[in-house]
Amino acid sequence: MPVKNPVRGNPGEAVVLSGSGKGQPGAVPGWVGYALLPVLNLVAAFALSGLVILVIGENPVDVLSLMLSEALGYPEAIGYTLYYTTDYVFTGLAVAIAFHCGLFNIGGEGQAYLGGLGAGLVALALTGWPWPVVALLAVLASALFGAAWAFIPAWLQAKRGSHIVITTIMFNFIAASIMTWLLVDVLIRPGSQSPETREFDPGVWLPSMDRALGWFGITIPSSPLNLSFLWALACCGLFHLFLRHTRWGYELRTVGRNERAAVYAGISPSRNIVIAMLISGALAGFVGVNEILGVQHRVILNFTGGVGFVGIAVALMGRNHPVGIILAALLFGVLAQGGGQVSFEYPTINRELVMVIQGLVILFAGAMENLFKPQVEALFRRLFRRRTAVTEAGRG
Amino acid sequence: MDDALLLALQLLAATIRVATPLVLAAFAGMYCERSGVVDIGLEGKMLAGAFFAAAVASATVNPWLGLLAGIAAGVALALIHGFACITHNGNQVVSGMAINILVAGLAPTLAYAWFKQGGQTPLLPAEARLPAVELPGVEALSGVPVLGPVCRELLNGNNILIWVTLVVVIATHWVLYRSRFGLRLRAVGENPAAVDTAGLSVTRLRYQALLVTGALTGMAGAYLSTGHGAGFVRDMTAGKGYLALAALIFGKWRPGPTLFACLLFAFTDAVQVRLQGVALPGIGVIPVQFIQMLPYVLTVLLLAGFVGKAIAPKASGIPYVKER
Repeated sequence: MPVKNPVRGNPGEAVVLSGSGKGQPGAVPGWVGYALLPVLNLVAAFALSGLVILVIGENPVDVLSLMLSEALGYPEAIGYTLYYTTDYVFTGLAVAIAFHCGLFNIGGEGQAYLGGLGAGLVALALTGWPWPVVALLAVLASALFGAAWAFIPAWLQAKRGSHIVITTIMFNFIAASIMTWLLVDVLIRPGSQSPETREFDPGVWLPSMDRALGWFGITIPSSPLNLSFLWALACCGLFHLFLRHTRWGYELRTVGRNERAAVYAGISPSRNIVIAMLISGALAGFVGVNEILGVQHRVILNFTGGVGFVGIAVALMGRNHPVGIILAALLFGVLAQGGGQVSFEYPTINRELVMVIQGLVILFAGAMENLFKPQVEALFRRLFRRRTAVTEAGRG
Repeated sequence: MDDALLLALQLLAATIRVATPLVLAAFAGMYCERSGVVDIGLEGKMLAGAFFAAAVASATVNPWLGLLAGIAAGVALALIHGFACITHNGNQVVSGMAINILVAGLAPTLAYAWFKQGGQTPLLPAEARLPAVELPGVEALSGVPVLGPVCRELLNGNNILIWVTLVVVIATHWVLYRSRFGLRLRAVGENPAAVDTAGLSVTRLRYQALLVTGALTGMAGAYLSTGHGAGFVRDMTAGKGYLALAALIFGKWRPGPTLFACLLFAFTDAVQVRLQGVALPGIGVIPVQFIQMLPYVLTVLLLAGFVGKAIAPKASGIPYVKER
């Protein structure tokens, strides 16, 4: 049995390991772990969601197919879906990099909130500057703010052994309080009643995708989708490069897989814990660029709306791999967009139905990821054995 | 003098009212965390308890059936948590998270579909709410200088669940430290292998702990919607489950200190209402948000070892896998 540091709790180690059955006796093909099982879990989650829809008196097939067509059926809807996807890619990557280091960053929510503050302060300060400069500085500022917010729990975990799950939960609440105070008492637009900053100068807004593509003569319908989507995709590439092709990534993963082995190899766990959390916080902070600089154009209360938590689901579903994360983020983007639209069509359904589906997906894909594993593996082993038996019989 | 006493008593009474759901939830968490199962799903179980208690109380005009429904909802979710974490060795934090998100969606969804009032239950009439306990002899004592106000303001008219909570606190202390079940519970959270070697079922003990957790969180929810409040409203728990978790850690997973932490956090809440916009001598006006974040900051400081040291049950968060 692997010895785990009890203080560090139960990081996503099982998640990282699943699907790599190589070298074990009776191993099943790798794709069972990273493709078949997640799909089975997803089917189970959607079956139960269908049951909930049935309980509230609607036809689950109708509701779910409407959800799909309202999310992917026409260009404008796709724009909205990809806008949600952008957020989820950022937070999914944030959770995933922490998982790779054996850490559970449940504080993506607070880090994204602070990241939005950083992006917003840059945009407020640089009125009149060209937008590419503002965008660049806002990306840096949101990364800095998000990383700073992740740094304290990381440092406390690395140096004082405080359980990072609990500290990051606490930091979500502290972030919410600080942001409320800032928006109510400090940054509020003078003379305004609603707790938000003034609107940024339109010149510093991050161009929406329809505007950006318009420069090249391509017209698409307008939607909140903006250039930060491209940055999210770039982050996926950088994530992969960093993790798989640099020494830092290797050290980080070593600490995540086996802290003792890391120490033995001269790798400092505490250094890597801090590095992983800084990157994690910065990635979560980029949500602020998408939301604040790209869509809201002002700092508002609660703009994160649970993206940090969805990021956990995205990372788990995506098996902590960038490609998986993009696919999982797309799934949750479809849910967010489609679910919102469904609530307009059905008087008995409201937006919260999406959270039911999200919760069930997290439950099945995350917490009960091994639910079908024994059966599926037994099935494959039987198939495999029969095939070898047949070949041996043929040989004899 | 009398005014000061009255103010103090009112503050104390408010503290107790706010603390009750926190205490129930924190003690709920104590059972499962002491058995080695981390539960960040207290919030969700409480919310489910609040919704189902209010829904059933509203439909049947019987608060006791409502209370039962709330407890049943909490227990059902606790069993799901157990199924994922104990039976299938799933990640306990992920499972708790999933339950929180699931209920945050499910409660308003069902409320929306069943009651058609924008995600809440109808306002409960007095007879559908858990009753307050009127103590005898309060009138007779009202003339007595100190005892009179104490009885009138602090002891009289408390909701019945407040008294139940008091019993839960004392009972938990007894169960944990004086009963056979409590000894086994603490042992399974520290060293499940030893418990297993002694011939006891780790799985069974952890499920038993989770049953208590579910029942107590359900009760906490029922208090919110049918005792303290009069109906379920959206996001009714508002982070109280997490606050209870913080109190449990702040109380170092022990009954007495946890009770104290709950009362402290509730007191900051009661004070904060009165401190809004009031300038303190030498400090000035403290923004209310700073008082609100105090419990979380204190918990972080404690976890960091700057104020005492919180040591979790050793096996908490680690699924127990029998060696073969």
